[in-house]
Amino acid sequence: MLKQPGDASAQNLSLWRRVTDHAATWFAMAAAVLVIVPLLAIFIYLLIKGAGSINLAFLTQTPKPPGELGGGMANAIVGTGLILAVASVLGVPLGIGCGIYLAEYGRGRFGDLVRFTADVLNGVPSIVIGIAVYGLIVIRQKHFSAFSGGVALGVMMIPTIARATEEMLLMVPNVIREAALGLGIPKWRTTLSISLRTASAGVITGCMLAFARVAGETAPLLFTAFGNQFWNLKLNQPTAALSLQVFTYAISPYDDWHRQAWAGALILIVLIVAAVAAVRIVTSRGTLKGVS
Amino acid sequence: MGVGIEVRGLNAWYGNNLALKSIDMTVPANHVTAVIGPSGCGKSTFVRCLNRMHETIPEAHAEGEVKVGDIEVYGDGTDPVEVRRRIGMVFQKPNPFPTMSIYDNVAAGLRLNGFRNRKQLDELVERSLKLAALWDEVKDELHKQSGASLSGGQQQRLCIARSLAVEPEVLLMDEPASALDPISTSKIEELIFQLKQHYTVVIVTHNMQQAARVAEFTGFFLMGSLIEYDKTEKIFTTPADKRTEDYITGRFG
Repeated sequence: MLKQPGDASAQNLSLWRRVTDHAATWFAMAAAVLVIVPLLAIFIYLLIKGAGSINLAFLTQTPKPPGELGGGMANAIVGTGLILAVASVLGVPLGIGCGIYLAEYGRGRFGDLVRFTADVLNGVPSIVIGIAVYGLIVIRQKHFSAFSGGVALGVMMIPTIARATEEMLLMVPNVIREAALGLGIPKWRTTLSISLRTASAGVITGCMLAFARVAGETAPLLFTAFGNQFWNLKLNQPTAALSLQVFTYAISPYDDWHRQAWAGALILIVLIVAAVAAVRIVTSRGTLKGVS
Repeated sequence: MGVGIEVRGLNAWYGNNLALKSIDMTVPANHVTAVIGPSGCGKSTFVRCLNRMHETIPEAHAEGEVKVGDIEVYGDGTDPVEVRRRIGMVFQKPNPFPTMSIYDNVAAGLRLNGFRNRKQLDELVERSLKLAALWDEVKDELHKQSGASLSGGQQQRLCIARSLAVEPEVLLMDEPASALDPISTSKIEELIFQLKQHYTVVIVTHNMQQAARVAEFTGFFLMGSLIEYDKTEKIFTTPADKRTEDYITGRFG
């Protein structure tokens, strides 16, 4: 016999559905909150521990010798900027170029090989990349350098950017490419000015993810940039970096250095957030009405 | 001015699958020619062969003689990019470039081929939008609105304007109104009627009334072959072939 809407079993069913519906919704909300909590907790803890040690001297001076109070991380802030600039100059164009190849041409076996290699490279521990760059560049040049640190981080950026670019380009509908080809626009121009432009928001997100990930890396810099207690603006000299400085200070026996390590960590996070926000603002400027 | 099209012995394949079987067809200049037939008969493939868009699909290729004005479309050393620049195409689904403004959409074909003169670009964009009967609706929003923010019918007219801006000699339209509502459709049809003063138009349609309304000549395709090709009036009143008659009277397709 068919069940009528008023049947007891039908009511049970709707009650069961309401329960599962609520359970699923609450589970999703709880998961979302749980994701935010660690980030907020870290940030608040850093603020409490580090904000008090940030002052003009911290932002403008180089480290003082052990035992002397004061000094700052100005050289490490600049060094991190220098290393990240090298990494981005290397990683962004290579990553995007590789992603374009995979999306627009890489249908064959070679494409699969590149895709597999990129995924494996993404999983290689960062310290291994540091050692590899140490062997390839530092040993040959016989000195540590900002350049080799940038190369190590740049290599780490490539697979993330390449795969993000590929995914984003594959999401551009083929009718958009056809429209461009149909206008007599050459294929390379179509790829750069139409497909990549249409996918640009996602590609930029991929670049920012890769950038933010390597900005705080310490292990690959241990054998490459090495660190430096003094000013250095030359690419071929050992260079301080915030992450290295935080590492050195945090494991030191001095209370003043511990305080500075907290402050350095806070500055690092603030700079990463600021860099990502700045790129977002610059790239979203002049957005048109109705862009989907 | 438009130019005529001569097609001789055109074959087209998808992989090993023969989709067009030795098509012969002469399309007169400055007229509208419709291509009709049931789904899968090869009518879209046919127009995509005329500007070498067919071969952009992986494993697809075409052979034969196609002459559009003075261009040997499948001649040795003919650059497909140059062919497509001179033979414009409008697709079934409106496909404006989503991240570009209305102006940039229309200017895209010229700019990306290296055209830089600001003033001439302005003039060409205005002229193309006027020809596509879209100018009055968008002239105040040219730089502010994305092409994707327009309605479906407006988007399709934007795509027509974009094709016209590169000043082609022939305009191919692959079911340009099939995704649109009746009012937008009638606007597009009116537009096609105007366009033949300047261009040769080939339109694919699965709507026989549309073919009867806009085209002077009609070709009927079935299973990759051109069954009958004549004046539209003749095709729809006294077709020579039994299969054409069956199709237009709605016995199949």
